[in-house]
Order: sequence, then structure tokens, then C-alpha cells
Amino acid sequence: MESALELHDLTVAYHKKPVLYGIDLAVPSGKMVGIVGPNGAGKSTLIKAVLGLAPVAGGWVKVFGKSYRENCKRVGYVPQRESVDWDFPVSVMDVVLMGRYGHLRLAQRPTARDREIAMQCLDKVQMLPLANRQIGNLSGGQQQRVFLARALAQESDLYLMDEPFVGVDAATEAAIIAVLQELREQGKTLLVVHHDLANARSYFDQLILINMRLVAYGDTVEVFTPEVLQATYGGRLTLLDDVAQAMARRPALDSDRR
Amino acid sequence: MTDLIPEFSWETVFLTPWREDVDLTIWIVATGFLVTTACGLIGHYLLLRRLALVGDAISHSILPGLVAAFAITGTTALWASMLGALVAGLVTVALIELIHRHSRIKPDAAICIVFTTLFALGVAMMSVLEAQGSIHLDADCVLYGEMTWVAIEPPLQIGGWTPVEMPGPVLRLLLLVGVLVAGIAFFYKELLLTSFDPGLARALGMRTQAWHYGLMGGLALVVVSVFESVGAILPVAMLIVPPMFAAELSDRLSIRMVWTVVHAAAAAVLGMHLAVWLNCTAAGAMVVCSSALFVLVWVGGLAVRRLRLRRVMRGGGA
Repeated sequence: MESALELHDLTVAYHKKPVLYGIDLAVPSGKMVGIVGPNGAGKSTLIKAVLGLAPVAGGWVKVFGKSYRENCKRVGYVPQRESVDWDFPVSVMDVVLMGRYGHLRLAQRPTARDREIAMQCLDKVQMLPLANRQIGNLSGGQQQRVFLARALAQESDLYLMDEPFVGVDAATEAAIIAVLQELREQGKTLLVVHHDLANARSYFDQLILINMRLVAYGDTVEVFTPEVLQATYGGRLTLLDDVAQAMARRPALDSDRR
Repeated sequence: MTDLIPEFSWETVFLTPWREDVDLTIWIVATGFLVTTACGLIGHYLLLRRLALVGDAISHSILPGLVAAFAITGTTALWASMLGALVAGLVTVALIELIHRHSRIKPDAAICIVFTTLFALGVAMMSVLEAQGSIHLDADCVLYGEMTWVAIEPPLQIGGWTPVEMPGPVLRLLLLVGVLVAGIAFFYKELLLTSFDPGLARALGMRTQAWHYGLMGGLALVVVSVFESVGAILPVAMLIVPPMFAAELSDRLSIRMVWTVVHAAAAAVLGMHLAVWLNCTAAGAMVVCSSALFVLVWVGGLAVRRLRLRRVMRGGGA
């Protein structure tokens, strides 16, 4: 079967300083994949490299068998929430419509159909009543939902999400997970940068564990082991001990939130 | 102190300009309105992209562009000045990026290095040409412009035919505003996304660098177009104050644009009357009025929020 995303010997360097070395991956379609690793491991850089936003020093990226540029319409992106200025004078609706820009020609305005799609996406994340609100007047969780709705409006087959659960309340986290699972059921592929080991295991079908190099990639049940985590997180033993103990106590960490 | 301020008379300040010298009054107000509108509209994007200082930089660094254009072509014709200024503007932006990218110098410091150096270069080049007697540029005009002269210039003529009965510079400003409004309306979505979320813009295949340089080219065009009427320094205020005024009144970009136009009209009319009263330069008076209007809505906004908060506290605390 064709891979949704294929990376071959991908190396990324900022100012000649490599941050990711020789990543080899082939992610099949229809999987929900978590990207985990310590701070500075290059988790965000990995998805930015796929999108052409990080300087690729070597190797290549293929999205559904073609270069990213050829298939960019098939990729949806949720950036980190802090990456934009939330005082920007736009409404929730304006931001979600930006997800449609990839489907529009130069200087073409969003059509009635684009608005309709944007409304449906807002409805999916339960943000339709706030469509006309300026984005600064939203809570962190609501802002994250807006970003998710914008990515949904891209109507893509592969979604790349950078820390969508940071700073959101439990209700939003549950709502986002429900939307992501629905996407997976439709056969979409999701790559989600995630920092919380405690629930990584219950959320994702597969995990990519990185620390500048690829440590492990595979089905969650196979790679979420103390040995692999140790290899990924290195010396941070206390953290690992906690996780190991929690795993020993409760094999399934579904309800474990900090 | 009181001797310094001319006596205020409702009659001479507010009525005389519209009774006598109506033509002059109208063209001065129109010039001020068009200049403030042009600067204000493009200024929104500077504020949103945190490039407020770049406006300052470009408005200064067009000087060497103007002088170089004259030195090379030997004419002060409009097309030569425009081209010179446009090139100087883009060189400024490129130099700022170059320094910022390849050194540890922060963007604000890079901007200061580039524009002061280029301005100094312009001053030096100008004095060389002046010493040779080939050019005479009035320093006052370079710094402050002269709106009154602009307003009494003859209309544009094409082979003896006069298309519109308005001073040539006013017609040019009108065209500039037209081009600007059309450009913003046409590329609204591209300018919006590249300003708000350059990451997504690039991921969607938009060329964010090209849009950046396009915007900077537009800025250079605006600054050089308003140069003859308001000089090199006042545009710095006109680029920033009208968008700030609008930002106090709306949190939607498109509505802010409309407020900018309203603000430009108010500042132009009030500034003209202030200039009549104080017998001072119209451009300066208009910027003073523009800033006064900003202070008014800013303080007004603070007061309204304070009142609202008090009402909520009283209602909720009972």
C-alpha cells in the first residue's frame, strides 16, 4: 500500500547545526501517529521539514508518493498556538476560512461553498456560536479548536499537528481527540506532536520516538516500552521511573491524566 | 507665551478658508487626505507584521535613491525619482534582512544601521552635487515637504489637453490611492494570511518572501509619492498613527481600513484649520491633528472600558 508519508534519510540543520539526523520513516494511511521525545528532540522540526518550513540539509520527503509541493493540498497543518499573534484583527470565521486558501486561486475570494465548509468545521469543534468573535477574546482551548477547525477546512488526507493539546482544558482535549478519531475512521492519516507520555499510549495507534535521531517507530504496543523510552529520553530517569511505575500499576493508562 | 499663539477667531479660522481661497483650501485638504489615506492603508500591514520601523527606514533611505536617480539620468522627472526611490526602498529592505540573517544583530538595530547610513549617503551625495552647482534641493522641503506648493501646481496636461482640473500632484496621489485600494482589495487574502500565519502560508505554497518584497515595494512607492507634499519624516507618523487610531475602534481589519479613511479625512480638515489658525505648515498641523484624534479615541476607549467594568462589578457584586 502507498505510504501517506515517507521520509528518507532526512537531515535538518539550522545555521549548519543539525537538529535531525537521517530520519527514515514510512507511515501508512489511516493511522493516528504520535511524535514523542524530550524537549529539543526535533519533534516540531520533523513536521516543519515535511511542510518545507525547516531547512532540509539532506534526504527527501514524499507525501502520498509525490513531493510535498505537488501534494500540498492533501496536507493539513495545525501549528503551535503561540506561533501567531492572537491580537490580530480577524474573527474566528476569518481564521477558519484561511484553511480554504489552498483551494483558491491567486486573488480569488472565498466562495459561499468555502464559507459553508468553514461553518461545518466550526460546528465539528463546537465553535460555531463564536464564529464572529475576534480571536483574542477566546480561551486557550477555544483558540486551539479554531486551529483544528482551520485544518479540517483544508479537507486534507494527511494532518500534521504541532502540540494541539498544550494549554487546553480537559473538555477541549476530549473534544479534539474525538475529532481526530473521527478523521482516522475516515481513513485520514494524522501525525501529532505530543509531549505527555502519560496518555500517549492510549491516544495513538503508532508512535514515532525521536531524539534528534529516530529511536523507534512502530505500533504503540510494541514501542512504548521502558527500554525504548529510556533510549529516547536518556538521563531523565525520574520521569521514566514515574512512567514505568504508572505502567506497572495500570497497563492501560486511559484515565491517567497527570 | 500668549503672544506666540495667534488670536483665535471662529470666523478667520473656520469660515474664511472656505469663503476666500476655496480652491487652495480644497486642494490642500485633498492632498492631506490622500497622503494620510495612502500611508494609513499600507501602514496597517506594517503594524501587523511588526515592521513599524521599516516605514521610518524607507522614508529616509529614498533620499540617496532620488539623488542617484538624478545623477544617473540628469533629470528630476517623476519617473526617474520614482524608480530611484523604489530601488532604494527595496535595497533598504534587502540590506536589513541581510544584516539580520547573517549576524547577531537584532532587527531593530539592523534597521537603524541601514537607514541612517543610507540617509547619510544621500546627504553626502546631495552636497557633492550642490557643490558642483548641478542641483539645488531645499533641505526644508526634503524634511517637511510643502503641501501648499503642491496644491497650487498646474493640472496635468497631455499635449495641451487637460484630463482633470486638479493640480498634477493631487491627481497622482489619487491614482496612488486607487492603485493601493485595488491592490489591497485584490490580494486581501494573500496579504492577510502571509501577515497572520506565514508558516501556513508557506505550507499552502504561497511565496511569503515575494509578498514581503511586494509589500515593501508598495511602501516605497507610497513614501516617494507623498515625499513632495509631506517630506521624509512626517510619513513615519502617517504610516503608524492612522492604523493605531483604527485599531482602537475595531478588531476587524477590513473595518479598520474604513476607519483609516475616515480618520484621514478628519485629520486633513482639522489640520488645515489648525494651520490657518497658527499660520504654520499644513502637513505638520495635519499630523498633529491625526495624533490628537488617536489620543482622543485611546483615552475615550480607556474611559469606556473603565465605566463598563465598574458597571459589571456593581451589577455582579450585589
